[in-house]
Amino acid sequence: MATSSRLVTSLRRISTPRVAPSFQRFRFRPANQIRWITAASSEPHQPDADGTVKGAPAPAKTIAFTSEKYDVQRDSKYAQLSEDHVKYFQELLGSESAVVDGVSKDATEDIEPFNSDWMRKYRGHTKLVLKPQTKEEVSKILKYCNDNMLAVVPQGGNTGLVGGSVPVFDEIVINLQKMNKIRSFDDVSGVLVADAGVILEVADNFLAEHNAIFPLDLGAKGSCQIGGNVSTNAGGLRLLRYGSLHGNVLGIEAVLPDGRIIEDLSKLRKNNTGYDLKQLFIGGEGTIGIITGVSILCPQRSPAVNVAYFALESYEQVQKAFKEAKGQLSEILSAFELMDGRTQRIVHDVTGKKMPLDGDHPFYVLIETSGSNADHDSEKLQAFLEHVMETEIVSDGVLAQDQTQIQELWSCREGVTECLGHWGGTYKYDLSIPIAEMYQVVNDLRDRLTEAGLLGKEDSPVIDVVGYGHMGDANIHLNIPVRGYDKKIEKLLEPWVFEWVQKRNGSISAEHGLGISKKPFIGYSRTETMLGLMRQIKDTYDPNGIMNPYKYI
Amino acid sequence: MSGLRILVPVKRVIDYAVKPRVNRAQTAVETTSVKHSMNPFDELSIEEAVRLRERKTVPVEEIIAFSAGPPKAADILRTAMAMGADRGIHVQVDEQTPLEPLGVAKLLKKVVEASNSNLVILGKQSIDDDAGQTGQMLAGLLDWAQATQASKVEIGDGGEVTVVKEVDGGVETVRAKLPMVITTDLRLNEPRYASLPNIMKAKKKPLEKKTLKDFDLEAAPRLKTVKVTEPPPRKGGVKVEDVDGMIGKLKELGAL
Ligand SMILES: Cc1cc2nc3c(=O)[nH]c(=O)nc-3n(C[C@H](O)[C@H](O)[C@H](O)COP(=O)(O)OP(=O)(O)OC[C@H]3O[C@@H](n4cnc5c(N)ncnc54)[C@H](O)[C@@H]3O)c2cc1C
Repeated sequence: MATSSRLVTSLRRISTPRVAPSFQRFRFRPANQIRWITAASSEPHQPDADGTVKGAPAPAKTIAFTSEKYDVQRDSKYAQLSEDHVKYFQELLGSESAVVDGVSKDATEDIEPFNSDWMRKYRGHTKLVLKPQTKEEVSKILKYCNDNMLAVVPQGGNTGLVGGSVPVFDEIVINLQKMNKIRSFDDVSGVLVADAGVILEVADNFLAEHNAIFPLDLGAKGSCQIGGNVSTNAGGLRLLRYGSLHGNVLGIEAVLPDGRIIEDLSKLRKNNTGYDLKQLFIGGEGTIGIITGVSILCPQRSPAVNVAYFALESYEQVQKAFKEAKGQLSEILSAFELMDGRTQRIVHDVTGKKMPLDGDHPFYVLIETSGSNADHDSEKLQAFLEHVMETEIVSDGVLAQDQTQIQELWSCREGVTECLGHWGGTYKYDLSIPIAEMYQVVNDLRDRLTEAGLLGKEDSPVIDVVGYGHMGDANIHLNIPVRGYDKKIEKLLEPWVFEWVQKRNGSISAEHGLGISKKPFIGYSRTETMLGLMRQIKDTYDPNGIMNPYKYI
Repeated sequence: MSGLRILVPVKRVIDYAVKPRVNRAQTAVETTSVKHSMNPFDELSIEEAVRLRERKTVPVEEIIAFSAGPPKAADILRTAMAMGADRGIHVQVDEQTPLEPLGVAKLLKKVVEASNSNLVILGKQSIDDDAGQTGQMLAGLLDWAQATQASKVEIGDGGEVTVVKEVDGGVETVRAKLPMVITTDLRLNEPRYASLPNIMKAKKKPLEKKTLKDFDLEAAPRLKTVKVTEPPPRKGGVKVEDVDGMIGKLKELGAL
């Protein structure tokens, strides 16, 4: 279940002596900009043997500039930032904290967190960060930028995984963190209206008070913003149950590059009056405008939640378990998450956490049920568990007996992303692949890297090739934790991965989007005709091309 | 020596992670459709009993999980059995007239006598009432040695029990001979998950249903709850814009 403590507490072991051991286990630290802002905070990728995060953060300077790693040139059509520009923004936004100015003075330290991303993989050269508080301010900023040919990057919680949320060159960062008010909630219809900069977890905690739930949940919930979630059309852990944001978002308020404001915070579920323009902003990754507000349909929060965690001996068994879960748990099934044995070993090795099951198994699955009647649910769940054990579909498993154990089990899944970065970096592919072949990509790639001699020895540059993800949505995260980002590895990965996916009519980006990292490869999943239409849309909304340039399409 | 016959009382309480709410009438905490689980201290007791068996220094003949409570208390007895208890005893008590600690202690004394237990491991307190009395009263009624707030338990093959107790600011080590009452503290162990095979096995383990009458007990409550209130809500903080704002605020509050 989506609970706050699952993510807000850090990787640090709680050291207070009088804390129940069962509450004393690890929580994963949310991806958070805070880690840059306070000097004392820790780099989350380097916990020591007992899971404690220690030591000074690795300096941001060690991240290579995107502009040097990628073959991109600054487009000379964009103006260079001047002190006059900065002055305009300072007068417009008033408060000192709303403008981080690196143009008229040195503000490297303060600006760095906005220049580099969560994965420490992308880094830009911005000299200016703006934090507007109202849609009118956003409108004036964008109009001014549009008139003066200043390129911008909209930024939410900066947890995006494709380099979309940080600049490439000197684009101005427009960060939404100050637009953080919940505007209204109707507990009859379940419609929440909120500013784009509201943190997902804050929204969900607010909804919990009203027995409702945000229809999206993901590992970065403590940092990502709902505007960022909508802009990336994030999928997350419960898409299986609640569906995609394309269905749940009922309306948006957004500012176009020329300063016009689209006021469409509709609370209607049905509205067949012309093209549904808001859909373009859902997954638009900040390329056609800035979302400032969202109205979204939030389902009833289920009072009865159960979580089980299984070990399985083959991918065939995983598929059988999925089929059984759908059949027997049907309407109460709310998550079906796959983790291969290697990811779980990595979580264990990196955090030192005791895993729920003994022994090494090739696959693990986390199942969550959410329903309205605890007795009814547990009857169903018991029958399902008995069935999968008796027919030997699963070889071992545990069922959480209390809320604390529920959170523990979830941390085995949600901690994966973070632990993978432990050795220095991770190449991440977020793929949609027909379910029967979904895991094969992991094995094939592992063979490929082993043959090339990059994997398999103590000091190989590649640590492992792992797969985990949202089985329920036929979405696998193919991850390659490495000791450092390296062209030699990249050449073996790309375009091989994309070709592999294309052959199976999959998608090269299931939920993380395109950003800068997947932009060159969109052709593997979309036709030339479609790309042409997409470019026309971009030109209609953003004729000067100031919105999040060098990315997307 | 002969083996250990361990009795572990467990209680069904509102889940540790759930924030309890007081009912409108302010007479009790709201319990309907609120998640309940085993009292976390009792999980430690069960775990410790099972670990004593696994350690094999002294044979464990039997681990009985016991609960006095409403029909649903049977669920946590099943959990206890899934964790490793051999059988369960459930004394059905109406939710409206719960037992007070002395009543529970008297009842446990009878269970100890009936099952010939020589070790009782209880939680040091139950997180719902926070009374923290049952273990001590039971030891008194039985006239047994007791070691409270255990963070480590060792039993030698001659039946001598060494217990490290949590005391304010440190630990204290005590030793006694069986029979004995031990109450558990948080650092004693890390309770295991109930595994699926064990959950299924637990379904087949015997669970006896009893009433207070079966033990010739009447335990009418002596205390009446007059009123239950929540702690006053924390006053919300304010957010300051920047360092200057913070200094200004601190000055305004007279802190600087
Ligand atoms: C630990 C972890 C787990 C994750 N798990 C999942 C997962 O399960 N499923 C999934 O889909 N994704 C997942 N993600 C990635 C996901 O895309 C982001 O976490 C999240 O949706 C982005 O929100 P954000 O506020 O951080 O946006 P940012 O990273 O700041 O921005 C993302 C993109 O949206 C744009 N943008 C942001 N805000 C706005 C706005 N208001 N208007 C216009 N454009 C905007 C940016 O320009 C950028 O292109 C995960 C990330 C992490 C770090």
